Amino acid sequence: MSKFFGAITALRDVSLQVAKGEVLGVVGDNGAGKSTLMKVLSGLYAPSEGALLFEGGEVRFESPRASRNIGIEMVYQDFALAGNMPIHENIFLGREVKKPWMGLQLLNKKAQREQAQEHLNRLKIHVKSVDQNVEDLSGGQRQAVAIARATAFDAKLVIMDEPTAALAIKEVGKVLDLIHTLKEHGVSVIIISHRMDDIFYACDRVMALYQGTNFAESMIANTTRNEVIGWIMGTKGNTSGLAHDSVAA
Amino acid sequence: MTESRMALSRFLERYGIWLVVLVMMVALSFLSESFFSLLNLTNILKQNATAALLALGMFLVIITAGIDLSVGSILALGMVSSAVAAKWGVPWWGVILVAPTVGLMCGALNGIGLTVLRLPHPFIMTLGMLNIARGATNLVSGGVPISGVDPRVRYFGQAELDLSFIQDGAGLPVSLLVVLACTLALWVMLNATPVGRHVYAIGGNPQSARVSGINVDRVLVVVYTICGGLAGLGGLLLVGRTGSAFPNAGLGAELDAIAAVIIGGASFFGGRGTVMGCIAGVIIMGLLRNGLNLLDVSVFWQQILIGFIIVGAVYFDVVRRRASVRS
Repeated sequence: MSKFFGAITALRDVSLQVAKGEVLGVVGDNGAGKSTLMKVLSGLYAPSEGALLFEGGEVRFESPRASRNIGIEMVYQDFALAGNMPIHENIFLGREVKKPWMGLQLLNKKAQREQAQEHLNRLKIHVKSVDQNVEDLSGGQRQAVAIARATAFDAKLVIMDEPTAALAIKEVGKVLDLIHTLKEHGVSVIIISHRMDDIFYACDRVMALYQGTNFAESMIANTTRNEVIGWIMGTKGNTSGLAHDSVAA
Repeated sequence: MTESRMALSRFLERYGIWLVVLVMMVALSFLSESFFSLLNLTNILKQNATAALLALGMFLVIITAGIDLSVGSILALGMVSSAVAAKWGVPWWGVILVAPTVGLMCGALNGIGLTVLRLPHPFIMTLGMLNIARGATNLVSGGVPISGVDPRVRYFGQAELDLSFIQDGAGLPVSLLVVLACTLALWVMLNATPVGRHVYAIGGNPQSARVSGINVDRVLVVVYTICGGLAGLGGLLLVGRTGSAFPNAGLGAELDAIAAVIIGGASFFGGRGTVMGCIAGVIIMGLLRNGLNLLDVSVFWQQILIGFIIVGAVYFDVVRRRASVRS
């Protein structure tokens, strides 16, 4: 697919695919087109050229709601949770469980609480209570709630934008383990990240964007951190000299 | 220890404001002989019915982190429109509908202007409506009060249901029933329906609401329409109580409504507050005015005192929040 904004080309002939239960890492420098790609996948932008295929059929999204309806969910870098509301209401926000009462559609909070708790258990996420307000949670717990929200309704593909950027170091591992749990449940995941540790810990495959185009891609097992860092900077071949973790002589 | 302290702080958060109401009532009963009389208490309820409706609407708007400066003007436009409609020969039941309908329409205009024109803040759109509706009020009425309102139109603001079987002369103001019905309806909407939770979500984090597939613009139009409708209904009650539609009605009433909502514990930044807190805020303002009148305190001092109470109430909230963050 391609995406133009006026005379600016944000994405040129970018192509990617994710298999069921696969975790794909997307890397790229600022301005490489990562966010635009993600917005196209989540239905915020329509592609200027090209098409999206989902489970064998072409799909077009009018809005983020449309992509959610077929099972594509986003987890935002800033979590996009309402801090003033309890966990269970955040998980069900916009998709509340209802019960009819005298012609009105009222909330079924009891069912929401139970279903939220069950879902958190399934993902092995531990919170004191689903009635806790999100603002009272740690960064890692918030990220876990954001991921729980994304997967509460039979998600098939979850796209995560910098899932560990806002977390304390000790919480990063938990979130990455959560991604493994999603994979075990057959959910496909796209992780957009700058952090090589995340990519190499959680992903099966990695692809690099460079100036709006596919630059390189590889199975994680067949590449190295330094090579991927080289891709981000637009060089191919093992460029250990550029790597940030090599000690300058 | 911490467990019981948390329980105490939760209790205070939920019911502390009602303790304030209680303390005020007890204090006023001691300070003034006429305070705790049937006549005075009924009067307080009637006098504050319109303020309560304005505050309920304002509360709903403030939950979304918005503001509606136009409610006082909408109230006046609703009043004079109904009086003029009566002069045109519209039957009394039609006249009753005029004020709330005008209110709903002005509120909807606020909401549509806000969302369609993408004005940077509700302050702008509703400041515009404050002037538009007030100007229209003066145009329609010719700038003079219109009296001679049909008693059937006055029913909602004026009548009392006879309760003399309890005590001689006792009556339940119909306007109180109107306020109770609106309070209950708003409570159900905010706490038990999806759209009510969307209102809180928009106030808490609009981005979160948007990506959750909530049509934020539509919810805002609904919210401002309800607020306008309540202001119009407030106009109907006021025309009933005073028997006259005067173009200066509700001047500054929007500020009283904001004050009641803030005293009632709602956050000006949206997402926080309860319907019952808002009602308590209205009662506190009403008791204060009434009590100070009975004690012969000049209205100028009353205004100064209310100013201090607004600042004090919010400061109290800031301190409490800071304390709860630390623990």
